[in-house]
Amino acid sequence: MVELTITELRKKLDSKEISAAELTQAYLDRIDAVDGKLESYITVTPEKALAAAEKAQKSIDEGNATPLCGIPMAIKDNICTEGVLTTASSRMLENFIPPYNATVMEKLDNAGAVTLGKVSMDEFAMGGSTQTSYFKKTKNPFDLSRVPGGSSGGSAAAVGADLCAAALGSDTGGSIRQPAAFCGVTGLKPTYGRVSRYGLIAFASSLDQIGPVARSAEDCALILNTIAGYDFHDGTVSKLPVPDFTEKIGMDMKGIKIGVVSDFFAEGVDDEVRQSVLSAIDSYKAMGAEIIECSMPSLKYAIAAYYLISSAEASSNLARYDGIKYGHRADVAGSYSDLIVASRSEGFGDEVKRRILLGNYALSSGYYDAYYGKAMGLKQKIREEYAHIFEKCDLIITPTAPTVAYGTNENIDDPKKMYQADFCTVTVNIASLPAISTPCGYNKDGMPIGMSVVGKMWDESLVIGAADAFEKNFARQGAKL
Amino acid sequence: MSVSDYIPVIGLEIHSELLTKSKVFCTCSAEFGGEKNTRCCPVCSGLPGTLPIINQTAVEYAIKAGYALGCEISKFSVWDRKNYFYPDLPKAYQISELYYPICLEGAVPIEYEENGEKKTKTIRINHIHLEEDAGKLVHDDLNGVSLCDYNRCGVPLVEIVTEPDMRSPEEARTLVETIALLLQYAGVSDCKMEEGSIRADVNISLMPKGATEFGTRAEIKNVNSLKSIYRTIEYEIKRQAQILDRGGKVIQETRRFDANKGETKSMRTKEDAHDYKYFPDPDILQVNLRDEDLERIKASLPEMPKERTAKYIGMGIPEKEAKIIVSDKLISDFFEDTLKAYNNPKSLVNFINGEIMRRINLGEIDMTAPAFDAVNVAKLVEMSDTEKVSKNDAKEIFREMAEKGGNPEEIAKNRGMLIVTDTSKVLEVIESVIAANEKAVNQYKSGDVKVFGFLMGQCSKSLRGAATPKVIKEELEKKLASL
Repeated sequence: MVELTITELRKKLDSKEISAAELTQAYLDRIDAVDGKLESYITVTPEKALAAAEKAQKSIDEGNATPLCGIPMAIKDNICTEGVLTTASSRMLENFIPPYNATVMEKLDNAGAVTLGKVSMDEFAMGGSTQTSYFKKTKNPFDLSRVPGGSSGGSAAAVGADLCAAALGSDTGGSIRQPAAFCGVTGLKPTYGRVSRYGLIAFASSLDQIGPVARSAEDCALILNTIAGYDFHDGTVSKLPVPDFTEKIGMDMKGIKIGVVSDFFAEGVDDEVRQSVLSAIDSYKAMGAEIIECSMPSLKYAIAAYYLISSAEASSNLARYDGIKYGHRADVAGSYSDLIVASRSEGFGDEVKRRILLGNYALSSGYYDAYYGKAMGLKQKIREEYAHIFEKCDLIITPTAPTVAYGTNENIDDPKKMYQADFCTVTVNIASLPAISTPCGYNKDGMPIGMSVVGKMWDESLVIGAADAFEKNFARQGAKL
Repeated sequence: MSVSDYIPVIGLEIHSELLTKSKVFCTCSAEFGGEKNTRCCPVCSGLPGTLPIINQTAVEYAIKAGYALGCEISKFSVWDRKNYFYPDLPKAYQISELYYPICLEGAVPIEYEENGEKKTKTIRINHIHLEEDAGKLVHDDLNGVSLCDYNRCGVPLVEIVTEPDMRSPEEARTLVETIALLLQYAGVSDCKMEEGSIRADVNISLMPKGATEFGTRAEIKNVNSLKSIYRTIEYEIKRQAQILDRGGKVIQETRRFDANKGETKSMRTKEDAHDYKYFPDPDILQVNLRDEDLERIKASLPEMPKERTAKYIGMGIPEKEAKIIVSDKLISDFFEDTLKAYNNPKSLVNFINGEIMRRINLGEIDMTAPAFDAVNVAKLVEMSDTEKVSKNDAKEIFREMAEKGGNPEEIAKNRGMLIVTDTSKVLEVIESVIAANEKAVNQYKSGDVKVFGFLMGQCSKSLRGAATPKVIKEELEKKLASL
């Protein structure tokens, strides 16, 4: 039963075919059995999980079960959980136990969801492989010699390997969608401002967004229904009314206008990936959707703009880690600056340091206009180009990543190549748009390929509905682990 | 050349904490003091994952400060991060407004005396921006550790940046005093220097008389009293004049003032100045104000010193007295309260500027928490005016009120100071005084009116508490005329 969707588990729980505790125990057993190889969980909290399952069972017995009641979930380790270690996969936060819950955790707890534990990621969400984690360098459930993607690699791998029913991830430049594609699961990045970021350890504040990783678009909708909405603690959350995101599940694709932006299929995209996504677009056409050719001239600058903006914000967001109030503190006696230099040198990994340096450089006086200023200009340009496309299209379909999951020892030493691989996903964050990645095929080695469905701001329902329409006709393969 | 051959050019950055109940980006209390680290939360102590939420009252107070200082209010302001490492700054950045501050150009008129001459001047305000305060470091030299207290982290501050329009320490001191008063009247800051709720960075340079180009300036950080501001400037004028006299060059640098030694000392030069890497804070939406918001805030501004002074002058209070009252908001508010109970502004002002001020200056009265209240002071002044107590006794009664509070009528009664006029007794006493002082009476009758005072005194002595001087005088005159 660990491989079932939330919708299927709901039926079993509500019909008392299984109890919430049995379901939770089944996942805990599977974590015990499998996670030694997969290395997705940094922290497993069995007692808390079973206690939450007992509580959920009461609601179920009383007939008060919400859609997530009793559903066991994994939480990315950059989302603060009161009383439970939250590391962001960094040595810097090796001992950080938050005294408060992220808003999404409050919402999940109130809904009766069961938290199994905290899953690995790239350090501070910087990376696309989960290999920059100080703690668990998670593997791909389809092939343990390959990466699960990142930064939410632990979330996607845990869902893909049936170590949870669903997970929360965070997405700054593709960090939910790309690992979902690599691990053969569905991942949704909501519109910026849809979900509270309060309690999400910040990487790049203007781009970060929490979202679900699950086994179907419908499951993503159920989770988004629970975590979305206005929050007093986050001034960037929209006050717009939150719809029922399952409203377009089972929709008819007839007449829906799908944009195909040629720039996303250009050089650098693997042939098998390109073919798979194009054939998915064909099946939408067969469902009655209208396909519209579009272009995005600024796409070639997107990576530069993204890495400047995100690193600039990160350099400031990560400045608070001085090892004094919490976190890794170097064992040096000396001045304040000696202490923080040593603590930060030891506490941060190479990739994080690289971004801090890049970000500080981009914001330095004398360079600000040439780098940060220019990147902000490009952000505006990219938003305008999306707006232009959405004047004639309802959705856009792109590959989620130019390749399938690569080997754990590839790309790591070539940051530029690694950054370039994000070109399919970053513009969605730059333009604050919602996007979902869902599997659309498998390559000759049996590795999953993901496509992304991108929508207008606040139009998650349509994005979810379209992904669901495809999923209904697609034979998804499970990982054989 | 000597000091007097140079013209000092002075600009100030005045920081004033706002009086909001809660902090600017979280709901913690913004009150001064408290046990260390009890007025902080995950947000103001900068824990990972936390986000700032704007306190709208702080924004309104900053706008009120702007109106009080004659500023133009910007309908659009943007929060920036000022990045630097310091242990009292838990996020390692201060949220401030660099590029688009909330208040733009303003002007503050000042009045001061120089060599006995009354002078007036207008100091231009460059802008006012809103920002958060940092925490405090407590150094424990005994154990060789420094500890952080985050209670002050996130208390809202306005930074008022002036143009370099001041030319003497007196002008600078007067400006700070004037601004403090305006902010107090606007109800946005208590401007208590001793609690650090107002402090200034002083920018100063010298130029030779007749020159038009400003010299190189030094910035003296965090000067926290009116006296220190004056002394800092005096010291810097001397220091910079000496350098220039020797043909040297003043270095652009940041200095600090040592109040014990009365000197400024270099902290850092321009070369190692911080690069704060300002950029717009992505966690906070820009502030957009509508005309109706600004109109509402402007309309909510209380009576300001200028209006009050004019009002008092209109009541017949001499300008000098009116200005004395207005120059202390606590006193002026107290006066307003007494007026409600006894509508005789002139006598109230005489009593307040006389007796009450005297005791304040002696340190006997703390106007932030006086033992007496306005209604009872009004009653006392009225009793004195209607001669229910003598002027001297009124002062004595007030001495007791200043110490223990109380009702002046009861005090007067208990201490036998209440005057109850008994006409038959007055006539009786007058009869006996006339009988006992035949020589004086005859002198008076023969035209020596000076002797009336003596007779009056004799009567008063015997009539203490039984009649007002006015009644005694009238009756005595009547009696003498009838002889």
